[in-house]
Amino acid sequence: MFKLIKDTLLSQAVTLWGVFRKLFVKADTVQYPDEPPYMFPRWRGRIILSRDPDGEERCVACNLCAVACPVDCIALQKTETEDGRWYPEFFRINFSRCIMCGFCEEACPTNAIQLTPDFEMAEYERQDMVWEKEDLLIDGVGKYHDYNFYRVAGKQVAGKDKGEALNEAQPVDVRSLLP
Amino acid sequence: MMLLFYLAAVVAVIATVCVIVQTNIVHALIYLILSLLAVAVIFYTLGAPLAAMLEAIVYAGAIMVLFLFVIMMLNLGQNTREQERAWLAGRGWILPALLAAVLLAQLLYVLSGVEGMSAPEQVGVMAVGARLFGPYVLAVELASILLLAGLISAYHLARKPGAEDE
Amino acid sequence: MFSFAVGSALSIASILLVVVALAAMLIWVERRLLGFWQERLGPNRVGWFGILQVVADMIKIFTKEDWVPPFADKFTFVLAPAIIMIVVLMSFAVIPFTPEVGVIDSNVGVLFVLAMASLGAYSVMLGGLSSNNKYALLGSLRAAAQMVSYEVFMGISLLGVVVLSGSFNLREIVETQADGWYILPQCIGFLIFLIAGVAESHRLPFDIPEAEQEICAGYHTEYSGMKFGMFFVGEYLGLVLISSLITVLFFGGWLGPAFLPPIVWFSLKAGVFIAFFILMRAALPRPRYDQLMSYGWLFLLPLSLVNLLITGAVVLGTM
Repeated sequence: MFKLIKDTLLSQAVTLWGVFRKLFVKADTVQYPDEPPYMFPRWRGRIILSRDPDGEERCVACNLCAVACPVDCIALQKTETEDGRWYPEFFRINFSRCIMCGFCEEACPTNAIQLTPDFEMAEYERQDMVWEKEDLLIDGVGKYHDYNFYRVAGKQVAGKDKGEALNEAQPVDVRSLLP
Repeated sequence: MMLLFYLAAVVAVIATVCVIVQTNIVHALIYLILSLLAVAVIFYTLGAPLAAMLEAIVYAGAIMVLFLFVIMMLNLGQNTREQERAWLAGRGWILPALLAAVLLAQLLYVLSGVEGMSAPEQVGVMAVGARLFGPYVLAVELASILLLAGLISAYHLARKPGAEDE
Repeated sequence: MFSFAVGSALSIASILLVVVALAAMLIWVERRLLGFWQERLGPNRVGWFGILQVVADMIKIFTKEDWVPPFADKFTFVLAPAIIMIVVLMSFAVIPFTPEVGVIDSNVGVLFVLAMASLGAYSVMLGGLSSNNKYALLGSLRAAAQMVSYEVFMGISLLGVVVLSGSFNLREIVETQADGWYILPQCIGFLIFLIAGVAESHRLPFDIPEAEQEICAGYHTEYSGMKFGMFFVGEYLGLVLISSLITVLFFGGWLGPAFLPPIVWFSLKAGVFIAFFILMRAALPRPRYDQLMSYGWLFLLPLSLVNLLITGAVVLGTM
């Protein structure tokens, strides 16, 4: 009998009192549009294409992000400059399909595609959610300040010959007998 | 008060007729509830507020809810409505109508013998209670025994078979 | 004509208006209080402190499409939400708010409230049955069993007060409490009435007929627009009704020290209970259906009978 009263009445009363005390606790709510919330730098929001420290496009149009994308929202076409530098002819992200999973960022070998803490991307027209390269490309380096793909890769472009990349050995001279 | 009485009586009669001729069982039940509520109003106008309230609580409020409960369980659809319609048409009416006519004639005869209705006077709850446990205490006890028997048999029926050993 | 008296047109009109407006306002009050109790703010955008949220909701609900499902039983479907509004508003007729304000002064007031409460079950049952939807049917089955069962304890727990005051008239019950509220001698009856009242107005934690997490929205799954709004307002009216009844039966109605007018005392007491019901919603989890039934029949029913028996014995002994 005592246990019954304890289970049915006392425990309920304790719960009620515990919840009642919350009346005097400050609310956790952030009044969003008036009071901007703190966004973490690694928040996965709007996607951008970054540039390397020299101001060139980082993207080499390898299509790995488009392959990794689970909802197939990335579309791009590769093209080349005359000196052999690869870049996308167009780069299109359909943000009405994008789920902000960040797989593209993980797949990217040149740190070109990055997710930013911006999430305010509402539009009245669905077509306005499709962003082209001009909309995506920023003038900065994003999260990786010093990385420059062409400076570390062996690919030969204008102003950098074979063997001039960072930590790269000179190419083997097959016509020489020296070791 | 007199107008109220006749109004409630008319509502009760019409609602009861609707109960009989309705083919949709849920609608019939709603009409039955309406009829019971009208009877409760009649009780009230006749000076028996306790009986009126008990009519509303017990008949309209509890027993009809159980009827509705059972109807929900039965899953009655369009088929039953057509069956009902088939039963209502035709010669099935004759015998019940005849019996009802005999009853009506008797009622009219009895009523014609009554010289003028006595003015309704309110019977309070206390007076009813005092009567029930005064001159009619035997009837109350008999009714309670009947209810107890019903309770025990309901318990017996609802018990799981093979649970006697516990 | 323009003075308050029991049954005057002014009295009736003001009760009707205030009660319905209060029930609508309660939607905001409840959401705000629930917010505070869950460490958030609740609606605070529309108007001052969000007080116009009710108006916004009303505009929305009035302009919504009033849809009747093609598979529903139309007559019953339309009838059901009207029943709960009518029945609960009728119950307010016998509540004595102050010595002057009230609609009727019935000698069977307590029974009248019980009768209206038992008719309220039809609204829920017919609504669920006519929707022709499995979740709605389950909800109304649960509602039927719950309301029929808890009506019994509700009635019996009231009888202690009736025995002590010697009257079924709510006004006389208040007047006999001038020398002591019935909460002290009838604390068990009060607790049972509180629990049964929650179950009867199917509010949380006893909102088993409309448990969202289990059976969609229960009996009002198919309802939309103002028909749903009537169920919604009916529920809040029920909340106000139960709080008023507790105030009248156990806490001396309008009685209180004379520095405040009677209506303020009544509103204060009823307001405390409305807040308590909202607190229960914020704090307590929903019991399982069979737990509710066995708790009622195996614990509350014997307890209320014993309470009635002891009250009767004491009254007989001191007579």
